[in-house]
Amino acid sequence: MKLLDGAGVRADDYERADAARAQALPAAIVPYAELAAAPPADGRRRVGVEVPNTVAPDQIAPFFGRLSLIAVGFPTTGDGRGFSLARRLRRAGFRGVLRAVGPLIADQFPYALACGFDEIELPDSSAQRQPPTQWKRAGAAMTLWYQQGYARPASILEQRRLARQGGQNV
Amino acid sequence: MPALKNMPLPAILVANDLRDGDVVFRAADGWTRDPRAAAIARDDEAAQALERAGAAATARQEIVDAYLIDVDIRSDGAPVPRHFRERFKTLGPSVRPDLGKQAEFVGYARAAAE
Amino acid sequence: MYRYDEFDERVVRERVAQFRDQVARRLSGSLTEDEFRPLRLQNGLYLQLHSYMLRIAIPYGSLTARQLRQLALIADKYDRGYGHFTTRQNLQFNWPKLREVPDILSLLADVDMHCIQTSGNCIRNVTADQFAGVAADEIEDPRPIGELLRQWSSLHPEFSFLPRKFKIAVGASENDRAVLKAHDLGVRVVRRADSGELGYEIHVGGGLGRTPMIGKIVRDFLPRGQLLAYVEAIMRVYNAEGRRDNKFKARIKILVHEIGLDAFRDRVEREFAAVGVAAAQDENEELTRIAACFAPKPYARLLARSDSFEAAKALNPAFADWTESSLHPHHVEGYAAVTVSLKPIGGVPGDMTSDQMRAFADIAERYSFGELRVTHAQNLVLPHVKKDDLFALWRMLAKSDLAADNAGLITDIISCPGLDYCALATARSIPIAQAISTRFADRGRQRDIGPLQIKISGCINACGHHHVGHIGILGLEKRGQESYQITLGGDASENAAIGELLGPGLGADDVPPAIERIVDTYLELRNEGETFIDTVKRLGVGAFKTAFFVGERNEAA
Repeated sequence: MKLLDGAGVRADDYERADAARAQALPAAIVPYAELAAAPPADGRRRVGVEVPNTVAPDQIAPFFGRLSLIAVGFPTTGDGRGFSLARRLRRAGFRGVLRAVGPLIADQFPYALACGFDEIELPDSSAQRQPPTQWKRAGAAMTLWYQQGYARPASILEQRRLARQGGQNV
Repeated sequence: MPALKNMPLPAILVANDLRDGDVVFRAADGWTRDPRAAAIARDDEAAQALERAGAAATARQEIVDAYLIDVDIRSDGAPVPRHFRERFKTLGPSVRPDLGKQAEFVGYARAAAE
Repeated sequence: MYRYDEFDERVVRERVAQFRDQVARRLSGSLTEDEFRPLRLQNGLYLQLHSYMLRIAIPYGSLTARQLRQLALIADKYDRGYGHFTTRQNLQFNWPKLREVPDILSLLADVDMHCIQTSGNCIRNVTADQFAGVAADEIEDPRPIGELLRQWSSLHPEFSFLPRKFKIAVGASENDRAVLKAHDLGVRVVRRADSGELGYEIHVGGGLGRTPMIGKIVRDFLPRGQLLAYVEAIMRVYNAEGRRDNKFKARIKILVHEIGLDAFRDRVEREFAAVGVAAAQDENEELTRIAACFAPKPYARLLARSDSFEAAKALNPAFADWTESSLHPHHVEGYAAVTVSLKPIGGVPGDMTSDQMRAFADIAERYSFGELRVTHAQNLVLPHVKKDDLFALWRMLAKSDLAADNAGLITDIISCPGLDYCALATARSIPIAQAISTRFADRGRQRDIGPLQIKISGCINACGHHHVGHIGILGLEKRGQESYQITLGGDASENAAIGELLGPGLGADDVPPAIERIVDTYLELRNEGETFIDTVKRLGVGAFKTAFFVGERNEAA
């Protein structure tokens, strides 16, 4: 397993654990089924939950205050449900770490970040073939986008408006 | 890796060249664009050997979409796919006889049409 | 026509560099074929039967002469000297090499073109009424909306890995020439009768393929400025809830069907409320900016009637025949929109050689402000031709073998590439089209038969729109042979309908005589002035079934 974020590869200090074991760990990710039983995150302990990409945001929203991380599963490269789930979790007010877990490819990295993810946990099989330099390059491949309201700098529409409004350089 | 069960024989292995997209056939040694040079598997063991060669070349990023097709052997020894889809694949578009393998290997195409 | 600004240009340039890098990673083994496939598909690159195939986006079917010339250059330099126009108004090259595709994309970027999202499980190239901006019956030019949607949907961070492909069409007329109701999403510009306010009627859940469905109205009036927010809501509901367990049930039409239109609408409206329309003003500003690119042409002031045109028709019956099927009313007096058939008798529907492309680019520059359109029926349109110029235009078209006088008639057949090219096809389509076209070659007979749309698909995916053909033909495999099912009564217009199966499948050779029997039945049963489709709708498919089966027996005997 390899953990990537906007800055590069990082060590993963979270451990997968059931709710009982999570009590004794400094940072644990519990399965969705154990969410209700998991200890709350506090100053000393970080707690995350791993959810399937089919979960309704309303179901986890009540737990936002107790969670420092939500990990969203991507069962395959082509299953994009997690992107919309991330959007909805952010909209519902989750401010903690959002992690995408699964065989994403480098080209999806900027999409994941734009939708609200902070980091990606890759399985070894795809991590081996795609060194971090590729992720970095893929992240910088596109510097412009049309869509507004995603977690990235000004859209083309906003830049056009700025240009129209008088000359601020874009 | 297991070969397809009950694969009708004889068979040849067809694929597309990764870089160019051209239809290629597994030959006795390497890959060929000429269907007449395709290696013909007449038993399961030979068919499995073709599949292994296809898997290895796929892993080396040489070809894509390799699979076995069953063929009839013409009197001149050339293999002709039994299924019409694979016949078009080895010949080219039927509406453009000037394009594809039928244009490149005219003798093969003429005999295949018979 | 829309012209890229610096931002649009940078997007396509960056996209070319990105694809070049993706190809390099594929060739080095960094990406497996399974990982690379969605990336190449989202750049319009397929692996077909004989070769790769590159599908080039022609947004809302609009092209300039300069762009067409560039396509001709690509056809000659990187392909085999021809291209194929599709039912989604795109152009396909059948023989590109993977290693050369980045160079092709770069040449396309030079003329404001790309292959972005012409395939893959994403929002596809937006299609439109081919007479947009020209038609006398439209409320406004719908192409700015098409461009707005093109930009918004391009490289979308959230909606690029949908359950399945997603097709959008736009129109702005009562008369639907864009098959809106056979799209995942159809947007029609409407005007409120009471207030005169402009807005959008939103159709959702149409689609052909394995489970053909006619789109349903999910919103009968969406105010201006809210389109992108509303489409975002639809896409989010679909992305989250569309089925992913079965590829054949993954289109939005199945979601709408399974949960019901009302439940679907509730979810969309709830999501729409959450998305909010705070950006409405931005959208209107952007739409205004785009619309300025589609400003009316500097038309000459002409009389509605052209004496030279009338005289040429009177003197030249072949010209008169051609005008009869090729002209569409233009909203400016003295002008006409001209459909140029890409269906010469016995030809490959929708194919065009590079020489024809260059000649046509010259013609478009000379007679139509350098603009042309691609129609979903695989023909071209010169949108702004002076009636005074029609005769000269016709003669020039004839020199390039582009003056077929059959637009809208029985030999103007839609056909997908079928098994001659396509890896998904189960049977060939083009030879069937050629055989029917040859059989009905006689112009007098075609005119007597009148408007009749035959549409042929070489597999259940229905790229040839067979479900909505007045006569639909579907090629399948049956016991190791190509076999063709015939449907009747499909309709691609605002009265959209799915055709009904006439009988068991036929061998390829039996298709043209069967079509002939169907047509003869129509000629026998029609009322004065009644079109084929109206006769089928009046009498039902049953009336034709009898003839079909009787004929079958007679011919078997």
